[in-house]
Amino acid sequence: MSNIKYILGSFGDPDEMMHGIEKLQENNIKIHDVYTPMPIHGIEAKLGIKRSRLDILAFFCGITGTISAFALIYLTSVVDWRHNIGGKPAFALPDFIPIMFEVTILFCAFGLVGSYYASTHLFPGRAPRVMDLRATDDRFIIAVDAQENGDHSKIDGLLKEAGAIEVKHNERKYISYE
Amino acid sequence: MSGHNESILREPLITGNDITYAKITDDILMPVENKPNRAWWIGFIVSLMGATLWLVAVSYTFWNGIGAWGLNKTVGWAWDITGFVWWVGIGHAGTLISAVLLLFRQNWRNSINRSAEAMTIFAVICAATYVVSHMGRPWLAYWVLPLPNQFGSLWVNFNSPLVWDMFAISTYFSVSLLFWYTGLLPDIATIRDRATGLRRRIYSIFSFGWSGNVKTWQRFETVSLILAGISTPLVLSVHTIVSMDFATSVIPGWHTTIFPPYFVAGAIFSGFAMVLTLLLVARKVLGLENYITMFHIESMNKIIILTGSIVGVAYITEFFIAWYSGSEYEAYAFINRSTGPYWWAYWMMMTCNVISPQLLWFKKIRLSIPATWILSIVVNIGMWFERFVIIVTSLHRDYLPSSWAMFYPTWVDVSVFVGSIGVFFTLFLLFLRVLPSIAIAEVKLLLKTSSEQAKLAQIKEGHLDKVHVKEYVESLEKFDSVKQEEYAKI
Repeated sequence: MSNIKYILGSFGDPDEMMHGIEKLQENNIKIHDVYTPMPIHGIEAKLGIKRSRLDILAFFCGITGTISAFALIYLTSVVDWRHNIGGKPAFALPDFIPIMFEVTILFCAFGLVGSYYASTHLFPGRAPRVMDLRATDDRFIIAVDAQENGDHSKIDGLLKEAGAIEVKHNERKYISYE
Repeated sequence: MSGHNESILREPLITGNDITYAKITDDILMPVENKPNRAWWIGFIVSLMGATLWLVAVSYTFWNGIGAWGLNKTVGWAWDITGFVWWVGIGHAGTLISAVLLLFRQNWRNSINRSAEAMTIFAVICAATYVVSHMGRPWLAYWVLPLPNQFGSLWVNFNSPLVWDMFAISTYFSVSLLFWYTGLLPDIATIRDRATGLRRRIYSIFSFGWSGNVKTWQRFETVSLILAGISTPLVLSVHTIVSMDFATSVIPGWHTTIFPPYFVAGAIFSGFAMVLTLLLVARKVLGLENYITMFHIESMNKIIILTGSIVGVAYITEFFIAWYSGSEYEAYAFINRSTGPYWWAYWMMMTCNVISPQLLWFKKIRLSIPATWILSIVVNIGMWFERFVIIVTSLHRDYLPSSWAMFYPTWVDVSVFVGSIGVFFTLFLLFLRVLPSIAIAEVKLLLKTSSEQAKLAQIKEGHLDKVHVKEYVESLEKFDSVKQEEYAKI
């Protein structure tokens, strides 16, 4: 085996890249990942990425916020220490709604973004796992694991055929550690 | 993604015939990757002087107490709360552009959302500093938080709109910051991958290790959509609650149910005006004419006409109801506003907010950059006066004629206000230098469908209805960044 770890097909056009994915899949070549400078619609279906469940999580974070806010207000101003404000009832639910609403949004947003960062391993100072530096600029990169897929010249040919501007053979997985 | 062509009847969102993905990156990162020019330095130094003035004036207020301001026992709120509401209102356009226009799938938002969101954050910072400094003892600002405390088990009054406001503003600020920063990640990664040395290290930390793989992008879009969905009611609630600071009181002139919708419309109105004030200059100085086109400017002007008219209707309704209610105090508050000692402030507000924006019905004015820029400043002046009129004219004639008073600002009042504008511009100018002022990834999305060159290619293919092509070519006449002669032969 050669010491080539990854084969990268670098495309200048998203449609050609999609075409490249189809070509590889037709030939039963497993794609490691695809790196693009912008979101590509429809790609997740092709690569079999499941629908995100972040929306369900966001809902539950929001509900937690609603309940927390209600609990805070109820326990403080109804149970713990009642204010007598012009003889009005301490349990004034309509007055609680603005804060309950705000805290719902707050918990929902932080829960959602927090779990997004956690699930996609984004946090300050994380070493960027970049295979090609132009993937955040103007290139659409298909990465194929060279150890798993033996016939390298076939992969090169398929990528070129689909319109890849260049095909790289990387001996290191990530180049950004240099 | 681009399996379909966008209709030729829609105006292009990116102009120019030589735009590539690489060029988009280069153009937008130009101010970030190069040394600042003279215009930037002049702007920055002037803003920094303003920010210093702010620092001096706020420190003076902290040291001496709010007696340093021109407040008296009748007029207990004046320039401070005027400034607060003004800044919060300005902030609203950013969220509106980033959230509401995303939900409505308005693609023209893609090139203005980033700087508008930055503007939101800086405006809310300015607003928050007003809240803290008007407290009198700002080192006790944490008393507004519901903290278990040593003063018995006394908690904050959750029935008070001022407490609601604390929750609203802090939620708004932190959610806007999250939304803005999450959107920035891919663009920070772009800067990182083009930079070298120390710059790369710094941007690497702030890029959170973004790599742009499929799963991250897919989740990114889900997150953006949900954040937009929750930010939309949030932005409406924030100004509703700000208006409740007034509306839930019993002061004639404040105690009106029309306040929430009227404040929200006013906020969007002033916010879009501020976006225009900033972007018309930034577009020219940073050379972004191909991305922030005349179509964007015209669209924002249309929103200004709409919200300005809503505000106008609200003013008139409010006036009518003051009379129709039969409450003499209410009626007096409004007659005093328009004809009393502050008549000039009232008519300033009416002229700047209701009358002058109507000029934008004329296409010539709507498409003229100098006219739009001047009108956007006029709107901001008008909106400041709106808050001043609501606050001061409702207070200055108390129930007892013996306590009637006028409000005269001191140099500290003026310096805090002028200084806050300095703080805002200092932050905004720094933002332009270190972060991309346009969402690079989102603009790239438009290149294959909504750009001028994509549409030109469609025309050249020649399967289009002649009438549509003619209409499209005519719509391009307003663009200052389109080479009209290329269309002469079509």
